[in-house]
Amino acid sequence: MRALLLRDLILAIRAGGGFGLGLAFFLIVVVLVPFSVGPAPELLSRIAAGALWLGALLACLLSLDRILALDWEDGTLDLLATSPLPLEAALAIKALAHWLTTALPLVVAAPLFGVLLNLPAPGFFWLTVSLLVGTPALSIIGAFGAALTVGLKRGGLLLSLLVVPLYVPTLIFGAEVARRGAEGLDATGPLAMLGGITAGTIALMPFASAAVLRMALK
Amino acid sequence: MSIWEYANPVKFLRLSERVLPALWVISFACLAIGLIWGFFFTPDDFRQGSTVKIIYLHVPSALMAINAWFMMLVASLIWLIRRHHVSALAAKAAAPVGIAMTLIALITGAVWGQPMWGTWWVWDPRLTSFLILFLFYIGYVALWSAVDDPDSAADLTSMLCIVGSVFAVLSRYAVNFWNQGLHQGASLSLDKETNVANVFYHPLLFSIAGFVCLFLALVLYRTGTEIRRRRMRALMAREVRHA
Repeated sequence: MRALLLRDLILAIRAGGGFGLGLAFFLIVVVLVPFSVGPAPELLSRIAAGALWLGALLACLLSLDRILALDWEDGTLDLLATSPLPLEAALAIKALAHWLTTALPLVVAAPLFGVLLNLPAPGFFWLTVSLLVGTPALSIIGAFGAALTVGLKRGGLLLSLLVVPLYVPTLIFGAEVARRGAEGLDATGPLAMLGGITAGTIALMPFASAAVLRMALK
Repeated sequence: MSIWEYANPVKFLRLSERVLPALWVISFACLAIGLIWGFFFTPDDFRQGSTVKIIYLHVPSALMAINAWFMMLVASLIWLIRRHHVSALAAKAAAPVGIAMTLIALITGAVWGQPMWGTWWVWDPRLTSFLILFLFYIGYVALWSAVDDPDSAADLTSMLCIVGSVFAVLSRYAVNFWNQGLHQGASLSLDKETNVANVFYHPLLFSIAGFVCLFLALVLYRTGTEIRRRRMRALMAREVRHA
């Protein structure tokens, strides 16, 4: 398991694009927000928390097909499926690698980008906390979507279409934590819900993803 | 004699050919009674005026939009557990009908909301949940059409349907939490003393029965089409092999 994690991390770093592209995309979304709604600071500070969550979610979404597509092309996936390591564990590890290489940089960068969007001061802490708690769910749900569309020719757009509705609860609670935090309200309620979603998806989704992947590899 | 006998496509087709004409007749009769009674022979509501009459389309279609997804869930489970092809094809056949029902519910709701709430659309929990349900339907249909091999398409869409159901329920509670509603409570529930007033209630029952039968008829009909399409595919594959 550790070998698989290390391999995925090293591949993501050496092949380039792993952190780079996701972060750059996140930055672009954040830059586009003032262009589309106007530069008024009070408006930006009101929508900053939601815009940052949306940007992080989109950046996550964009990199999902990398979880499995390359391994599918070179046959690694078939080897993984026949290896003694359960496919559930392999997929959980791959989702973890995706989180470490794509989502974690987003979490670290989000407060910096918050400055660009005039995020209110108490929001920085809550934004980081909510992203830290919520993004693992995005990765692990994304692994399910990647398993569904592995090997399909027009997989990319379909993957987004399938995964976005599954992201709705995570986005709602995550953005709610950040928004309440930024407005100085009590954010522990939605934070507990967000943590529940993350814990539940980590516990259950690898089984669904592995079942789907077995069907797809058959 | 068990229900599983109809997992045999031939028996299924024979049964559906016998049942379908009756279903069409019942559904159109119920719809005609419910809609004509509802539109022309019920009084206007004292607050909503004549706009109240959209209930005869809105409530049944919303009901069937959710039940269609539920039927797809059951059919998907049957496919995954017992591997009956008819079941997988029935789930496939129900999805576009479900999309149509969701759209009817959304559009009639918007048409009613414009004069009553003063807006075509608000981000009310119920409205939002229906929009999310619509997205789920679209993803499901898109996945069916994207996978070439029919068996693995049935496998993958079944799993999507199951996981999607869990997330659809989650989303329902999440949007409840996220925004306060403008939409009124449930129009019909079994455990309430007073539902809709009786003048509106009786025609509504007819139109619901009509929608249920219409849905069943459409799904049976479309499943038959899917079975025949599958047969044609098999025949063509055989032809190619012999040629």
